[in-house]
Formats: sequence, C-alpha cells, structure tokens
Amino acid sequence: MHWNELATALFGPDHGLQAEGALITGTVSFDGQPMAVIGTIDHAPIGVELALRQARAVLDLMAQHPGRPLLLLVDTQGQQLRRHDELLGINRAMAHLAACVDQARRRGHRVIALVYDQALSGGFLATGLMADACYALPAAEIRVMRLPAMARVTKIAEERLQALSQSNPVFAPGVANYVAMGGIQGLWEGDLAAALRQALQTAPREDQRAALGAERAGRRCAAPVIQQVLDAA
Amino acid sequence: MNLSYSECSARERLAALLDAGSFHEWLPPQARITSPHLAQLGVPSSFDDGVAIGRGRLAGQDVFVAAQEGAFMGGGVGEVHGAKLVGLLRRAQRERPRAVLLLAESGGVRLHEANAGLIGVSEVMRAVFDLRATGVPVLVLIGGANGCFGGMGLVARCADRVIISDVGRLAMSGPEVIEASHGVEEFDARDRALVWRTTGGKHRYLLGDADALVDDDVAAFRQAALDWLDRPRPLDLAALEAEHTLLAERQRQAQGCDDARELWQRLGVPEPASVPDLEVAALRPLRPALPETP
Repeated sequence: MHWNELATALFGPDHGLQAEGALITGTVSFDGQPMAVIGTIDHAPIGVELALRQARAVLDLMAQHPGRPLLLLVDTQGQQLRRHDELLGINRAMAHLAACVDQARRRGHRVIALVYDQALSGGFLATGLMADACYALPAAEIRVMRLPAMARVTKIAEERLQALSQSNPVFAPGVANYVAMGGIQGLWEGDLAAALRQALQTAPREDQRAALGAERAGRRCAAPVIQQVLDAA
Repeated sequence: MNLSYSECSARERLAALLDAGSFHEWLPPQARITSPHLAQLGVPSSFDDGVAIGRGRLAGQDVFVAAQEGAFMGGGVGEVHGAKLVGLLRRAQRERPRAVLLLAESGGVRLHEANAGLIGVSEVMRAVFDLRATGVPVLVLIGGANGCFGGMGLVARCADRVIISDVGRLAMSGPEVIEASHGVEEFDARDRALVWRTTGGKHRYLLGDADALVDDDVAAFRQAALDWLDRPRPLDLAALEAEHTLLAERQRQAQGCDDARELWQRLGVPEPASVPDLEVAALRPLRPALPETP
C-alpha cells in the first residue's frame, strides 16, 4: 500500500504527513489526540543518514512531547549495502536508532510499528522490532532472504525448503509466518483506524514475543529454552 | 605465555578468560539442546547450538558470560542460540551479577532458520537494553576469526562497552555481501587490506566504536574486561543526545569519503598511512580525543 493511502485510511485525507526524501515524519491527530509518526517509504535502504534522521525525530519527540504515542511505519529493503556506511559504522548508527526507540518506550511513550509494505532484515531490527509491538498489513512482505537465495546459501534444494516451509514457519518468508513466530503481534485488516486504536490499548509493554511464538506454535523452542536458562542449576 | 584469542574455541576462551575453574555452564552440551530446524534440513547440529552460556568469576567478581562458537555455522544466531542469550540476559536481570560478558563471534542471523534468528536477535537487543536499565553492564568482546557482523554487530553497539582485538572485525554487512550487491568496485572482498581498514579492530578503535583495543591474547582481553567492568554507560536522554551529536558530526566529517585512510586523516589521526603496520600499543595513543563518556 502506498504510504499516503495508508495515512489517509488511518488519519483521514488531511493527515498532514509529508515525505522528505525517504522519510515521513509528522504529527497527526488520532481520536482527537496528537500522535507522532515516523516512517520510511519506497523500500528505503537504511544507511547511516536515514538511521540518524529517524533517531533525531525520536529524540525530538522525547524532548518536546513526553508521553506522546509514536507510530513507526516500516518499509525498508534492509540495511544500506555500501562501503561508505560500513566505514562510518552503520551498525552503531542503527543501534543508536534502536536505543532511541527503546528509550521512548521506557519513558512511557506507546510505540506501535506497522509493516505496511516491506521489512527486510537489518533495517527492520532497528525500528519495527524494537516497538512495544509490531503489526503488519496482510499484503506486506517480511523476510531475511527469499527461498532461492536461501537455497543457494544453505545448499539445500529450493523444493525441499518450500515443502518444509509448509509446516515450519521458520523456513519461509511471509507475514503469516512472522505472526505464527510471534515476531508480528497481529495483522491489520479492514478498518485500519480501529486496528490502530486496538493496538494502542492492547500492545504489550514487555517483550512477550517468545511466549507468543510458543502459543502460536510457530516458534516452539525459544520460550522453553529461555525458561530452562532461568531455571538451570 | 601468549594464548591467541582468535585461535581458541568458545569454551577455551571462557576457561582462560575467567578465574581458573570458575565457569559453570547452563544448558551444557550434555543437555543436548539442539536446533530442530537444522535437524529438519538434514544439516549437522551442535549440542549447544553454537553458544556456551553460564556464570563465572573475573578476579573474584561474579559475572555472567556467553561465548559464541565461530566454528559452528559461523556463530550464526538461530532460534535456540538466540534464546540462550536472551535467557542469560533475563537471568542477569534477576540475579544481578557484576556484569555480563558476551564473547561475540558471529556472522549474524543463521540463514538456515533466518526468520527465527531475526526475531531472536531483536529479543537479544531488547534484553540488553532491559538489563542496562537495571544498571548491570554488558561488555562485548570481539576477536574471533569470523568477526562480529549482521545482527550481532548491532547487538555489540547496544551494549555498554566493546573490547576488540586488532584481528577482530565489527560491522554490519560482510564485504562479500556488499560486493555481491553493488559490485567489486564498491567493495573488493578479496582486498584484505581494504577489508581490515574498513571493518577491523584498529579502525573501530580509532573511531571510538570500540572502547578498548587489545592484542590477540586472552590475557589482554581479561585485563581489558576488568578495566571496563565498572564503567557502565547509562542510557538516558542526555546520553542519547551526546551519541547523536557524535554520530552526526562524524557523518559530516566523512562526507564523500569511502576509504579509511582518508577518514583517519580527516579525523586528525597522525600519520594515517602508518596505521595498518602499527602494533596495538603504538596505535592506541593515535586515537583522536573523543567526547567524555560517562
């Protein structure tokens, strides 16, 4: 879905959000209350610059509007694959962004993320996966790697991976699989504003994704292993 | 006697780093907690899923530790591997050791079970922040042959402190991945000198991405861990603003710059051309002054 279409569905045609380059920032009114929105568009690769611009927006929100809820709109092809960014320490810039999002949660901001188009590996780690809860549109795409590439890297036949992925969500991309694994809290379908309203009320503040993955049977090991470590003599 | 950190296995590192005989492992190989996904794929698994976790002592002080085994799938984070790290960090929140030491050696998310690995890495990141918020510092030690990449490169910079050796590497995407994506002109992964000066320990130290630079020696890592044990880096708005200022200034200074030697020059490193040949002890004083960190 185009970001403007999404913003209109959520906040009406006068949402007031604007894109500057690959970044959307702004304040919308939701149910009569101000809400901050930070997002990326056009499958933007997250490099040092875009990570810092997002971090700046989160820092400004914390300083100027304590407690105001934040909606992160995710559309990224992953981290920027450039030598310049590696030279500068892209991992530090992305960790800084993650720390800012985490700090916002800790200071009482509600942080909801929505994958409305594409979420790939590194770019997703620093934003959507650091929110109180991350949701997705049913048509969104979430993955680390497509099956053909995974087949090449792991030297396992694509047909085999395809077959295995029917019963094990760990193997194949897709939002439904991320829901089953607990990485995505839920899908937003139909009335998107109602879904956002619901998320603001019910998103967990603690990280419950491992338990969710076990409950939904898409990621059965993580929760029991964590518990075993906690209980180990 | 010098014991090469990079040549040690994960458990050898723990044994030599901690006080003798003090390492007590949780979910040891005897427990045979393996990856069901690798089994499904018919890929050999490991009885510890590539990471050893537990508690031990460092000069008499209680610490929790995790060591990733680079020899098993490059230290890649799968579902069980990630959950062991999360469990350790959450347990540290409950039992409050002096610090948690992560001996990181990883290519990032394990591609055989990538979806679970990606979520797992994000759970590790959140667990690191949760723990730091309670005042227990997390130190990341990097000096294995596989470096510290991908999601673990992010985790490293989510921690309080990073200690790296001159043969250690810390970055996000590996040179091969960048070359495959943007061509050999962008990043020639076979140009070892280029790879080292872009991702290597010396570069990370000069930039301040690592707090300490040590020789490839377990005893040197132990000493550095002790030096930094009681220096947590509390995260609050002021600290994040300071970090932001630093990174924004660096970005400004590095505009249009694609090579480390040029960047070192711009940052004021004396005789940048000599950096690759310098011993660790000779290199340390060349680091430009960094803003005071709490």
